[in-house]
Amino acid sequence: MNKTWLIIKREYLTRVSKKTFVLSTFLTPILLAGIIAAVIFMTVKNVQQEKIAVADKNGLLKEFLEPGEQLKFEFLPGADTSLLSKGYSAVLLAPGNGMNSTAERFEIYTKKNLSVITEGSIRRRLNDAIETRMVTQQGGMSKAAYDSIRSQAKEVGFDNKVLDGGSEVKAGNSGVAYGVGYGAGFLIYITLFLYGAMVMRGVMEEKTNRIAEVIVSSVKPRQLMLGKIIGIGAVGVTQFVLWVLLIVGLTSLIGLFVPAEVMEQANAMNKGVPGAGMALQANQATMAFAEAKNTLSSVNWWLITGCFLFYFVFGYLFYAALFAAVGSAVNEDPQDAQSLMMPITMPIILSIVIMMNAVTRPESALATWASIIPFSSPIVMMARLPFGVPGTVPYWQLGLSMLSLVLGFLATTWLSAKIYRTGILMYGKKVTLKEMWKWAFRKD
Amino acid sequence: MNILEVNHLVKHFASQKAVDDISFSIAPGSIFGLLGPNGAGKTTLIRMITGIFFPDAGSISFDGRKFQPEEDIAQIGYMPEERGLYKKMKIGEQALYLAQLRGMSRADAMAAIKDWFVRLEMESWWNKKVEDLSKGMSQKLQFVTTVLHRPKLIILDEPFSGLDPVNANLIKDEIFRLAQEGATIIFSTHRMEQVEEICKQIVLVNKGKKVLDGTVEQVKQDFKEHLFSVGAAADAAQWQTPLFNVIGQKEQKAIIKLQDGVSNNEVLQYLIQQGVSIQSFNEILPSLNDIFIKIVEGTPTARKFDASL
Repeated sequence: MNKTWLIIKREYLTRVSKKTFVLSTFLTPILLAGIIAAVIFMTVKNVQQEKIAVADKNGLLKEFLEPGEQLKFEFLPGADTSLLSKGYSAVLLAPGNGMNSTAERFEIYTKKNLSVITEGSIRRRLNDAIETRMVTQQGGMSKAAYDSIRSQAKEVGFDNKVLDGGSEVKAGNSGVAYGVGYGAGFLIYITLFLYGAMVMRGVMEEKTNRIAEVIVSSVKPRQLMLGKIIGIGAVGVTQFVLWVLLIVGLTSLIGLFVPAEVMEQANAMNKGVPGAGMALQANQATMAFAEAKNTLSSVNWWLITGCFLFYFVFGYLFYAALFAAVGSAVNEDPQDAQSLMMPITMPIILSIVIMMNAVTRPESALATWASIIPFSSPIVMMARLPFGVPGTVPYWQLGLSMLSLVLGFLATTWLSAKIYRTGILMYGKKVTLKEMWKWAFRKD
Repeated sequence: MNILEVNHLVKHFASQKAVDDISFSIAPGSIFGLLGPNGAGKTTLIRMITGIFFPDAGSISFDGRKFQPEEDIAQIGYMPEERGLYKKMKIGEQALYLAQLRGMSRADAMAAIKDWFVRLEMESWWNKKVEDLSKGMSQKLQFVTTVLHRPKLIILDEPFSGLDPVNANLIKDEIFRLAQEGATIIFSTHRMEQVEEICKQIVLVNKGKKVLDGTVEQVKQDFKEHLFSVGAAADAAQWQTPLFNVIGQKEQKAIIKLQDGVSNNEVLQYLIQQGVSIQSFNEILPSLNDIFIKIVEGTPTARKFDASL
């Protein structure tokens, strides 16, 4: 055990102290956050006051056209396109105005194309204005009364409640479950390949450097293999934790870039104060933001995080042993590795395909069984869990899945150790899968 | 009491016997040569002695007790033929790591490394990386890491391959010194001139079987062909006698082969009677190289390499 510990320590420290590890660990989230921040910053900065001249001889819009945060309407009788060079970004001609005197439709003149957001905003406001005018003039309702009705109608949504195991009622949201499941499954998929390949390269390095025999004359091959797998696993966990910390830290920094008003509106809407959001200009982004904030809390994060760590660690251990076995069988030629890796990469790729199916149909037989069989369970189970335990995933399925993964890890480690033991001392020969199979099941 | 006794050791790989009933014993403090052509089973034999492989049959006793790989490997230093180092690791850390894997404490390992590095003039290497070392330098480092933990039994597989004569001599001296201090050394090679120089006792294996066992002197006596070199100013072709045949002559020296049962004195008497003025009369003993080639070539077709190991 003491020797295994020495090996773990070496494998861990040599990797963690590498420049590439430090760079990739710190730069990846900073880069990611930087891109997000840049996008938000650009969006926010790009939004400027748009002054729009409105020619509305017939009084179709006056009183009804509501200005926006970034949108100002100025009613100028006889406005024409010459205003475009006088600080107005657009000229809106109602039917019967100027050049538009005979047209049935509104026309808008600009010097350059309007942004999608501005255009959408103008269109919405215009529609609202006409709607309000029709309701008040033809329906005989006061403008104030209609505004109030509309703001209340917009507040109506439905709350999604899941009867969890009978009595407990939880807020459910299939959209969030889909997103979280997809993300977690994909993350496991990437880490399996990332750290699995790292184990394989490590084993190949020991073999091609001819250090393997020197080491196994002092420690058992199994200790060497386990030490390497655990050491690299610890590197993976370290990197992962650092990423999470950095991302959490950086996203709270990004929060500073989101305009305070957007946050305020979101909070107000979350509290369910009727009309509170509407008093301010509620745009779609704010609505979506509020929605996301609300429903993210519907996910049982403790369960997801705990299970993620479990499937991350044991999924890694399950496959790392197999990657080590392949690494031990490979000689100098990396092409051999490609062909020998096939039986390992196939189930992983198959898992990701099943996972994509499982996030849409988490209760199908395929998803259920794939989340129990250890070859695919780390990826597929993570896709199903956000849909709820024990609602979508009964406790027995989760338990069975975890148990079979742990047993599977013990089995792959045991078999791989036998392949590894023979493989690392074998030089100059191309090894086939059939031979590896023979080594694994040779009794001695 | 022998440091190592190997009794009827057998190891099969799939269809072939890599080691087929080999027995020998090694006295403590001796330098023992394990010889054989490529693929004879030397490496398999060594891997069983170092606990890497378990024998299929037979037994190994180490230091008077049954060999317990778990504990006894701390007493063994093994430098395999296929050997290397972690390229990216610093030399000092590497030596420390390998020593600790062999069971030394950090402090002991540190002291021993310093000691060896000073003796072999490697002090300045500590912070260098292995990839910056020449092949000879890394061989030296490998030797040091093999013997660092003061093993009772040191197994060196082709220790001089890749070393220049100066460094080879340096290592050779260290091997002698270690043997004098009581360590037993198994020296595996197919370079016979080194064996003659270093080893007292040898075992020759071929095709998994032991074909020769004894001291270097004894083996040479066993394989001598009664050849003598006679230094004389005379025409050897004229010597017609039932005592010996003239095999060849070169300048002032003739090679003769004595018939069975003929003593040296009879030959000398005959030569004196012929009026030959003898300047020298020496027995020619076969070199280990000759013996090796004779034995190995006597067993036809080096065994085919089995693909399934």
